[in-house]
Amino acid sequence: MAKVFWEETVQGGATWSHVLKRRTALRMTDTKGGANIGMLLYNADNLTERYNMADTLKAQHIARFTKHDVLMSDMGRVLCSITEDTCGWHDPLGGVSNAGQVRARYGEASYQEHRNACLKNGLDSFLVEMGKYGLGWRDLMPNVNWFSKVAVRGDGSMGFVLDNSMAGDYVELRAEMNTLIVLHTCPHPMDPAHKFAPKPVQLSIRHAAPVEVDDACKIACEENTRAFTLTERYFL
Amino acid sequence: MTIMESALKPEAAVYTAVVPAGEPWLHEVRAGQVMRIVDLKGNQAVDTLFYNADDYGDRYSAQDTIREQRSIYLTTGTKLMSTRGNVLLTIVADTCGRHDTLGGACAQESNMVRYAIEKRHMHACRNSFLKGALEWAGRGGQRLEKRDITSNINFFMNVPVTPKGELTFEDGISDAGKYVELEAEVDVVAVISNCPQLNNPCNAYDPTPIQVLIWDRS
Repeated sequence: MAKVFWEETVQGGATWSHVLKRRTALRMTDTKGGANIGMLLYNADNLTERYNMADTLKAQHIARFTKHDVLMSDMGRVLCSITEDTCGWHDPLGGVSNAGQVRARYGEASYQEHRNACLKNGLDSFLVEMGKYGLGWRDLMPNVNWFSKVAVRGDGSMGFVLDNSMAGDYVELRAEMNTLIVLHTCPHPMDPAHKFAPKPVQLSIRHAAPVEVDDACKIACEENTRAFTLTERYFL
Repeated sequence: MTIMESALKPEAAVYTAVVPAGEPWLHEVRAGQVMRIVDLKGNQAVDTLFYNADDYGDRYSAQDTIREQRSIYLTTGTKLMSTRGNVLLTIVADTCGRHDTLGGACAQESNMVRYAIEKRHMHACRNSFLKGALEWAGRGGQRLEKRDITSNINFFMNVPVTPKGELTFEDGISDAGKYVELEAEVDVVAVISNCPQLNNPCNAYDPTPIQVLIWDRS
């Protein structure tokens, strides 16, 4: 069993950030089922390098994430590898909710009246948490939505798939670079629920074993192997 | 597939330019103006970004655009959404049928990953974007830099997603003379890299010129 440095619960509708150090891992567990985690990733040592949706998807020929896929930066390197996944599908396409959408779907609920159960949206959540690192609108890139599924039909139409993640499902990210993780636990922007009921998640930060030559993420495709080579060179 | 022809006459355009492959092109398109991009030779990738001219932080957002229309393909009727939830432009004509916004722009770094580390020297779109940004500043434009390069549109490219979640690059569905036309809803800065890619069969390994035309509000 990998050493667990600490565990914490992030409530639904909250934000969280952390510089996940190279050779540590972040396990995210959907404790209740139906969670959504919106995430942006940056190279903590050079914030202009960040998770790049297009480079990640086209290198691996994927439009969803699962075990042994990797998240690549715009500089041809691997920020994080997906070393574990019991869910099977995580969404790279749907993006983030904004204040107007949340108001239209769920109505109004201010902090003054509802305290920490007030309505929140993913976009403002990202911007507030990003602001703690000097990041702003121009650093807002396409994000990942863990535990959510958006299926694309043959004609290109997109549909949100309910019940994608069950209570206890988890996904683990192993940091291949020192990665600034910025996340929120607001609902997916395509979630059709009419009640604002963001789910909590449990996070644990763990030690990660060294990446071996036959690591499953590294050898998943030639593109990943080259991205790992470029990542290793970055630290030489 | 939504094929829609335009009634606009090239001789009435207020601006026209041919952009060779491998070159950037930046230009302001004012609210109400219509911009046409012509695939002169067929299956050329036109990597394109848009910024609100009053605030470059309010820029084209691929995820917001596809989610709001619930389709990954861009075609006639598509509203190009910004990060702040504004409509920057609307596609008002399209003789190709659909365009990609998931495949992104080529870069020296992504070419190393996708093809071979030895490909690093080859010209790429994100170099063109940076070169165009420098030229734009030299012409008095606001500063654009690497962090402004977000996920772009690839006009005339065909990048389907399968129901199983695979992303594929398919042969093009464009052809010589096909075009797409966009009406600006607000003043925007359009940034194009006419893609120099020599490693991808999507353009038959032969990047070719495009034409850009702009009309005033009729």
